[in-house]
Amino acid sequence: MANPIEQFKILPLVPLKVAGVDISFTNSAAMMVLAVCLSTLFLTLSVRSRALVPGRWQSLAEIFYEFIAGMLRDNVGSEGRRYFPFIFTLFMFVLFGNVLGLLPIPAIGFTYTSHIIVTFALAAVVFVGVTLIGFWRHGFHFLRMFFPEGAPLVTAVVLVPIEIISYLSRPISLSVRLFANMTAGHIILKILGGFVVTLGSMYILPGVLPFAFLSAVTVLEIGIALLQAYVFTVLTCIYLHDAIHMH
Amino acid sequence: MPQFDPALFTPQLFWLLLTFIALYALMALVALPKIGAVLDERQRRIDDNLDKAAQLKAEADAAVAAYEKALAESRAQAQKVIREAADRLAREADERSRAQAAHLADLIKSGEQRIAAAKAQALANVRTVATDVAASVVERLVGKAANQAKLDASVTAAFEEQGR
Repeated sequence: MANPIEQFKILPLVPLKVAGVDISFTNSAAMMVLAVCLSTLFLTLSVRSRALVPGRWQSLAEIFYEFIAGMLRDNVGSEGRRYFPFIFTLFMFVLFGNVLGLLPIPAIGFTYTSHIIVTFALAAVVFVGVTLIGFWRHGFHFLRMFFPEGAPLVTAVVLVPIEIISYLSRPISLSVRLFANMTAGHIILKILGGFVVTLGSMYILPGVLPFAFLSAVTVLEIGIALLQAYVFTVLTCIYLHDAIHMH
Repeated sequence: MPQFDPALFTPQLFWLLLTFIALYALMALVALPKIGAVLDERQRRIDDNLDKAAQLKAEADAAVAAYEKALAESRAQAQKVIREAADRLAREADERSRAQAAHLADLIKSGEQRIAAAKAQALANVRTVATDVAASVVERLVGKAANQAKLDASVTAAFEEQGR
């Protein structure tokens, strides 16, 4: 049975080193490039005919567009419109990372959202960006966010540190949530797959049970792949709302 | 786990940066404006069609209003014509009946005059006859013709006495 951790290995396809820094083109990078290419092709080719009554692919692209636009409108309001391309990019990048990671792609099959450094980098960009937007819009008044309005002044001793800790933990929770979901899901899939192979090769019948279970968990993992992309994006929208409207 | 190997961080971060910026550029400059244009175009078409429908409805309403106005006008016109004709006929009938009445009154008056004349004539004849009768009665009784003037005077006196 293959080691369930093996699927997270980074395989350098084209080793590269610039000024002593390793920037090798790996299976992770290949999947990122694939995600960029596929999402761009999907979103441009599908609306190429510019049909008034959309076909299957065009309505899918329109659903993506309106889904994110609606999410941004509901959570941030009209001020969020200028951040729409970023939010949409974030959603597509995470979604394609999650979903393509479930496919058994030869040679490069890999889930880049199962790597904490990737999810943390995305979360850090969101965190820094949102904080900058907050200070840019409200100046030092943005610091008021760490003290709830109307609370007695004495409670500031307790409330302000709590608020600051909760604010600083946002990028950690955001990145760990996605990374842990993807990693755990893929480990479970790998272990169940190992059961199917091991038990099935010994006796046909006992292999059926883990296979049925594996099928069910695969469906669940597809759901989680979609859901975690949604959660990552919607939380980003909520943080953006806090920065723009301050609660 | 390979996730926690710091040696693998830099290549992933580098390619993440590169691909994410590429995706952002492609989305912001190519894909999203295209989809947005399609959606806007559809919304515009829908609004256009709604506008057109509203305009056609307004036109239809105006046509109905004009039709009803024309109908009301012609109805009023017909009423007027009917009323005028009725008035005219009533006036003519009135005039004719008044003329007829005048004519009849004339006839009645001339008839009465004729009757009065005939009556006078008859009365005059009665006196003549009475005088003649009295003359012949006197002649038969007396044997000679009566004095004409006396006869006339006594007949007149007798008439006057009777007339009272």
